Amino acid sequence: MDAEITLHVDGTARHVTVDARTTLLDALRERLGVMAPKKGCDHGQCGSCTVLLNDRRVITCLVLAVAHDGARIVTAEGLAQDDHLHPVQQAFIDHDGFQCGYCTPGQICSAVGMLKEAEAGWPSAVSDLAAAEVRLSPAEIRERMSGNLCRCGAYAGIVAAIQQAAR
Amino acid sequence: MIGSPLPRLDGTAKVTGTARYAFEHRVADPAYAYPLQATVARGHITAINTSAAQAVDGVLAVITHENAPHLASTEDAELAVLQSTEIAFRGQVIGAVVADTSETARHAAGLVEVSYDPSPHDAVFTPDRDDLYTPDTVNPSFPTDTSQGDVESALKQSPVVVDHVYTTPMTHNNPLEPHTTVACWHDDQLTLYDSTQGVHSTRQSLAKALGLAPERIRVIAPHVGGGFGSKGQAHAHLVLAAMAAQAMPGRAVKLALTRQQMFSLVGYRTPTVQHVRLGAGPDGRLTAISMDVVEQTSRIKEFAEQTAIPARHMYAAPNRRTTHRLAALDVPVPSWMRAPGECPGMFGPEVAMDELANACGMDPVDLRVLNEPDVDPESGKPFSSRNLVACLREGAARFGWADREHAPRTRREHGWWVGTGVAASTYPVHVKPGSSATVRFQPDGRYRIEIGATDIGTGTWTALTQIAADALSVRVDAIDLRIGDTDLPPATVAGGSSGINSWGSAVVDAARAFRDKFGTGPNPGDEAQGTTPGNSAGERFAMRAFGAQFAEVRVHAATGEIRVPRLLGVFAVGRIINPRTARSQFLGGMTMGMSMALHEQSVLDERFGHVVNHDLAEYHIAANADVAGIEAHWVDETDPHVNPLGTKGIGEIGIVGTAAAIANAAHHATGIRVRDLPLTADKFLADARR
Repeated sequence: MDAEITLHVDGTARHVTVDARTTLLDALRERLGVMAPKKGCDHGQCGSCTVLLNDRRVITCLVLAVAHDGARIVTAEGLAQDDHLHPVQQAFIDHDGFQCGYCTPGQICSAVGMLKEAEAGWPSAVSDLAAAEVRLSPAEIRERMSGNLCRCGAYAGIVAAIQQAAR
Repeated sequence: MIGSPLPRLDGTAKVTGTARYAFEHRVADPAYAYPLQATVARGHITAINTSAAQAVDGVLAVITHENAPHLASTEDAELAVLQSTEIAFRGQVIGAVVADTSETARHAAGLVEVSYDPSPHDAVFTPDRDDLYTPDTVNPSFPTDTSQGDVESALKQSPVVVDHVYTTPMTHNNPLEPHTTVACWHDDQLTLYDSTQGVHSTRQSLAKALGLAPERIRVIAPHVGGGFGSKGQAHAHLVLAAMAAQAMPGRAVKLALTRQQMFSLVGYRTPTVQHVRLGAGPDGRLTAISMDVVEQTSRIKEFAEQTAIPARHMYAAPNRRTTHRLAALDVPVPSWMRAPGECPGMFGPEVAMDELANACGMDPVDLRVLNEPDVDPESGKPFSSRNLVACLREGAARFGWADREHAPRTRREHGWWVGTGVAASTYPVHVKPGSSATVRFQPDGRYRIEIGATDIGTGTWTALTQIAADALSVRVDAIDLRIGDTDLPPATVAGGSSGINSWGSAVVDAARAFRDKFGTGPNPGDEAQGTTPGNSAGERFAMRAFGAQFAEVRVHAATGEIRVPRLLGVFAVGRIINPRTARSQFLGGMTMGMSMALHEQSVLDERFGHVVNHDLAEYHIAANADVAGIEAHWVDETDPHVNPLGTKGIGEIGIVGTAAAIANAAHHATGIRVRDLPLTADKFLADARR
């Protein structure tokens, strides 16, 4: 069964026909040619497909496209504006926070979403619940970024990059 | 240029997600192929009913052994796809559904009805099987067994003997980018966008299977989302994609393996059982080193991991013996996984060295220094360079090793046992012959460098650009590098840490030829070729890279939970082309080594012959929170013998020795010696209950 939906992707309204079974990830990649979100596991286990969906980090392989008609989506490609990289993207380059680059767009979207969560005071499993606000220590960043796997093992660079961007 | 920490030239493309991986190349109106897999471990297909699948709207073809094209070569049994009814392992490719959309293809695949005549299968790996056999050689062509002196007598006479069995489990490479191919037949030409570590080697394998002239196949791979060996050789899905494309002339067919399918189809590291025996004097000086390895292979295609190789080269001892024996089972085909041989093969011996240090009451760093050989123990040749001792000493100084308590189980902090451990690393220097490079001066004043190399995350785009700029004495922005395409001059596979050694030498050769021919004022269109030069130094020298890894481990006294707050590696690997990307290679290898130490284990259900934990929720790899303090350093090392660049290769040595260092630290923390990876909590608790 097909449905016509509209997705606002990186600032552009995109009309697309999707199968009711089509994930948001496949709608973006295979129907719209938006390849920044990557397919690593298709089961919500690796985080490579992370985008910002209505400003929150979401794993698009676990979301059906048909349920998100009208959604606002920002991918790693859309985070860069007018040839200017987002500070998180620049920090990933500065700290070599990737090797093969396949998990990277998901890591970066996840980091951008995570920084907002921390700023809003959302605690993680390692947060000091008595503290007034979240202090983004390396341990906090590692905990909050552990939904995004990196097989190349660039975690040290990823944490350093996010620390830089958070400053 | 060489030696400068240039940021990755493909960095912007990767952080914006615009770098194109195989499945992402734009093709018009593609079809999608979904593989069908055997659900028995051994037997024959007696019937395959595709009518329900073919009746689904949008299904274009169902390919099975009944209608698949005849392959020209079935010599490689792994690639002999759909050529018979025979099933050799559970998960084997038995067909594909091709449809207009991926959803339709996958749905229809579930409607194909397959009947089997199953045969009894055998997937039980144990070291005491009575049918173990001796392979002719071990990967790629090393002697299976070696012997010097008289190990048995020496062990009988040694005042101190360490004699234990160590095991490493079956593990899977699991690059984050699954194995994907986009294949298109057009005018008798097959074009493939493939996730591969070698475009030319992939083409060669496929050309042979299909019986095509290689010139009729083009393989393109500008960016590859990791491989770790699993994309180093063609696997069955590649042939399947070519067959699916053949059924749809003129239309591109996209085939992506699922994460689950990768556990059956793209290789893995065999489990290993390592019987290690060390004999020594009371002073710790080794008199005998013996290592007997048992591992598995598939019944249809042999892969003999060279696990006992590092024991042949690490430490001096007059009496030595190594052996490899294999169990041929009805299981998926094992293959390369990062540092085949060295990675598992430095677990047993390096833990045994720690046990020997304890038995002799010695510091484990001192024990290794004491047993440093003057020449390569295996061949008797001198090493072209060997700086293991320098790595151990510098690592010890940086890590704060001198403060270490000698006795295990002495430091407890807030309910955690805390300890530190060390292990050595080594990896051979490989330079593969067969790469060519072209340098061409362009009208825009830049130099086009062409070579069919690949960048699997290692930094090839950046490092080869630096090497070319250095060899031509121009700025890096005057270099226009092209890689990852069989239309470029041939290049060897990105494997065995050989890439920069081999391709870089070809680029240097081409640059020298260019300057010899055209000087520094070339005209547009001027071009010169170069190749990887032969190197006779290997006849005179043993060539290896070395390193030392230090770990701090905490084991929770009540739960057995194990954490690694600190890892520190120091490596001696020849010349470093780019310290920024090199550091990432070392840290990445060490992180994967930690992952191996703490988590990784493919659990094969012997009753059915498949890996039950076949996804990333159940096959655990290191996550961000697993990695805390981690540092990589290197010692200055100039080695004029290895190749014109003086590089030794850095992609694999970082994973070698890490697991042993962590296991040794866990012993120092708890007093519990775990000899079977991974170091899960139960092993510390089970031991404590005894």
